[in-house]
Order: sequence, then C-alpha cells, then structure tokens
Amino acid sequence: MIDIEGLDVVFGHGKNSFHAVRDVSLRVEKGQSFGLVGESGSGKTTVLRALAGILERVARVSGDMTVAEETLLRHRSQSFRRRVQMVFQDPFGSLHPRHTVDTILSEPARVHKLDRIEQRVVHALEEVGLDASFRFRYPHQISGGQRQRVSVARALITGPEIILLDEPTSALDVSVQAEVLNLLMRLKREHGLTYILVSHNLAVVAHMCESLSVMQNGSVVETMSVQQLREHSSTMPYTQQLLTASLGYDRTAIDAFEEFA
Amino acid sequence: MSDSKLLIVEDLHVTYNTPTGLVRAVSGVSFELGHEKLGIVGESGSGKSQTGRAILGLTATGGTVGARRLAFKGTNLLNASERTMRQVRGSGISMIMQDPKYSLNPVMTVGSQIEEALLIHNRTSKRVARERTYEMLRAVKIREPERVYKAYPHEVSGGMGQRIMIAMMMIPEPAIIIADEPTSALDVTVQLQVLAVLDDMISERGMGLIFISHDLNLIASFCDRILIMYDGRVVEECTAAELEQAQHPYTRGLVNCLPRLDGGQDELPVLKRDPSWLTTPGATR
Repeated sequence: MIDIEGLDVVFGHGKNSFHAVRDVSLRVEKGQSFGLVGESGSGKTTVLRALAGILERVARVSGDMTVAEETLLRHRSQSFRRRVQMVFQDPFGSLHPRHTVDTILSEPARVHKLDRIEQRVVHALEEVGLDASFRFRYPHQISGGQRQRVSVARALITGPEIILLDEPTSALDVSVQAEVLNLLMRLKREHGLTYILVSHNLAVVAHMCESLSVMQNGSVVETMSVQQLREHSSTMPYTQQLLTASLGYDRTAIDAFEEFA
Repeated sequence: MSDSKLLIVEDLHVTYNTPTGLVRAVSGVSFELGHEKLGIVGESGSGKSQTGRAILGLTATGGTVGARRLAFKGTNLLNASERTMRQVRGSGISMIMQDPKYSLNPVMTVGSQIEEALLIHNRTSKRVARERTYEMLRAVKIREPERVYKAYPHEVSGGMGQRIMIAMMMIPEPAIIIADEPTSALDVTVQLQVLAVLDDMISERGMGLIFISHDLNLIASFCDRILIMYDGRVVEECTAAELEQAQHPYTRGLVNCLPRLDGGQDELPVLKRDPSWLTTPGATR
C-alpha cells in the first residue's frame, strides 16, 4: 500500500543545511498500522509530512514513494489528497478557530467536489461519536477530546484509504486518549484503513500497530514487529534504552544510559 | 506537630470568581509532607497545579485561598505577609515549572540567574556566589559549567534548561521543592536523567518533594506516596507500590485505561465517570 525507498529530506542550503531524514525506507501493507517511534528531532514527523506532500518549500526531498500503485511526484494528485488524510497532534492548532465544526467538515468535501455534503458531515460526526448538535459549535466551545474527534471526522469525510496520524493523542488526558485510540481502532476495522502512526509513546504504538520503525537522528535504527518489541528481542542498544526508559523510573538503569549521537 | 512534618495542609480550598459563577479549583485537600517524595496525579483540571501554587501563595488574581491550616515548619502561610512569603519562597519552598523555555529569563545569562537566586536569600560575596553556582551546575551533571554559566537560555537544550532550573531552585537550599510537571516537555530518556539528578539531590539533602504530574506510570515509579486528585479533591491516597491495588474506581480507571507495552490490541477500558465521586468525601487517612 505504501512503499518508501531511500527517502532523504534536507532543509536549507550549504553550511546551514540540516539533513532531517536520511535514507529511510519503509513498507506498509493494506490494512496494517505501522508505527514510527523516536525522540524529538528524530525525523519521524518529517517522514510523514514528506509522504503527505506538505513539507515547506525549502525542503529538498529525494527518494521514491509509491502509494497504492501511484508513484508520487513533486505535486500530489487530487485523488491522492482524497485517499490520504492526516490527523495532527494539537487539536487546538489544527482546527480553524473561527470556523464552525460544520464549516471545518464540509470544506474538504467541497474541495473534492463530493455530493450530499450535509449528510456526509452528519455521518462523519456520528462515526466519531458526536451527535449532530456539534455541527454549529466552534472549536473553543468543545473539549480537547471532542476536538480531536472532529479532526478524525475531517479526515474521514473524503473516504480515505490511508490516514497519517501525527501524535494523535499526546495532547490528551489518558482517559480521553483511551477513547480516541479505541475510536481509531474501530474505524480501521470498519473501513479497512491503513495507518501510519507517529508517536514518542512506545506503549501507544504497541497497542495500535503490528510493526514499527525506530528512528534516531533522521535514520531508521531498526524495523521490527510489535511482537518482537514486546519480547524485548531488539538487538539495537538505542531501541533497548528507549524501551527501558518507557517502563518508568529506575534509578540504577538510568546510570547505564548512553548518549546516542 | 512532630518535627518530621515539613508541610501541613488541611482542608485547602481555592475558588475563582468568574463571570459565569464560582469555580472551585481545589475543594478540601489535606495532606502532610515529610522528608519524602509525594506525587500528586490527576488529569487536566483536577486542581493538582492549583494546589501547588496555593501553597506558595501564587494563586492568580481573582482566586481565593482558604484552609483550616497551611503551615510550613510551624510558619502559617495562610495569612502571611508578602514579606514572610518572600522569605519562604526560594529558601523555604521553591518551585520547578514545566517548561524551561518560558520560565528562565531569556535576557539573562544562566549563571547570573542562578546567582541571583542565591544572592537574594544569602549575604555572600559575588565571588563566593560564582563558586557556588559552578558547584551547583556540576551537581546537576552539567559537564562544562564554565561554558553554560555564560550561555543564554536559548543556547541550551531542553534537558539542560531543566537541569539549570533545578540548580537555580536548589541553590538557596530549600526544605521543600514543588515540581509541577518538571519533565513533561522532555524526551523520555532525558526526562529520566533529569529526575535522577533531582532524586539524588533530594535524598542527599533530606528535602521533601511534591511532584505534580499527569503521568501515572512515572509517579508510581518515582514517588514514595501518591495522592490521586479528581475535580479538586483527593479521591485516594496510597503508597506508590500499592497503586496497582488501588480501591477508588477513578484510580482504577486511570490505571486500566493506559495502553500497555505487553498488552494486546483489544479495546482499552474507558473511564466511566460517576457523579458520586464529586460528592463523597476525600480520602480518609
């Protein structure tokens, strides 16, 4: 479904250039959830944005990307934009503060010239567990969890096959996170969606995905199945350290931490 | 009052008068702090940060703080003058905030900010202050204290910024540190390294720590004792080791709704909020 081969992303030129993604390759089968894990600055979000084609102009992208037999060129086709949608981390920053939920949800439908927009909006809200009364509210009038549900509804409205999830729950309380993760799992089952999930939280990735890549300094350190992650059978010291750290505070383990540069 | 209790909080209330009515941010929180690491955990809006701020008299304008008792080593903090509070803040109780990007002064060098914290509370010469600052920077595991001393906050990383905050808060040698989400903005490995620095200093100096966080796993593994807050109240108090056997349905709900590394891909149990949690009295001790 998704095939990335030798992806490189460089920001800027000459002395000030920054090599954000180095030779990243990954494959995601249809109906799979694939996790991209790493600390801040590891390039995980940049991979996602490069795939979606929403990187800033100054970024130089090279490598081959294929999504559902469509080779991606510099500009994404209209059909790609309909079939691949994205949910962002911050439900405060990613919804227009002066647009009602109705406007937010109908805009992608209008852009893609879909029919029966009103029905689609109501249906999308229903699918994310919000009733029709939310249509005429503004983002500031609803909670963070409800806002993230609206973001998911906006992604669903074009009938996508792939949803790119960029830290979809890291701004939410844990009880709300559980609800949103359950929602994403249910939608995936019902619609046969394919996910790429970017997260710094190993437990979230282990819960949602079948396989994952660990990224560090722009490169993929290791790609493995979640089963292998659970069995602690990773061979790379960086992954092992990340795993130890995600288990909580352990004074003696911390002294053994290394700097990976 | 026994000597081992550094802080006594009894029936603390914080209310805000807003145009839409009275908002009770904290209603009836009681606890004692000894030489230990006490965690306060709760979701956003549970009143955990408001509790920390009220202790230091940092409640925002418009807020009213009331309590049966709020005492730091026998000093009543409740109706204390600003003069007394200035004495307490820093040298008695100090606070580490969440994000070093916003809580360090961007136009002062790191060194002069740390020195300032010392010079306000102690009469020492500039030279001694500088020596102590170097010492402190080394204590928080900063490898090149001379370079960092001259640096501005934007020139250091997030993890280092937070260590600088710890150095600044520790230098007046307070008895209590209140840390409000001190490492939530950091990567997980850096987070643990910063906590290890804090942990070592607290046990070496025999201080008390109030650690405020939303991260249940972190609090359970880092602290000795935990207060679980919901809607301005403490619904349960337990030792960190007992968290898995917690009794209150809210605590159990919080523990269960976390995705687990070793768990399956089944539905996560969702927290069902019970209105009775809002009315039953707080945890009994």
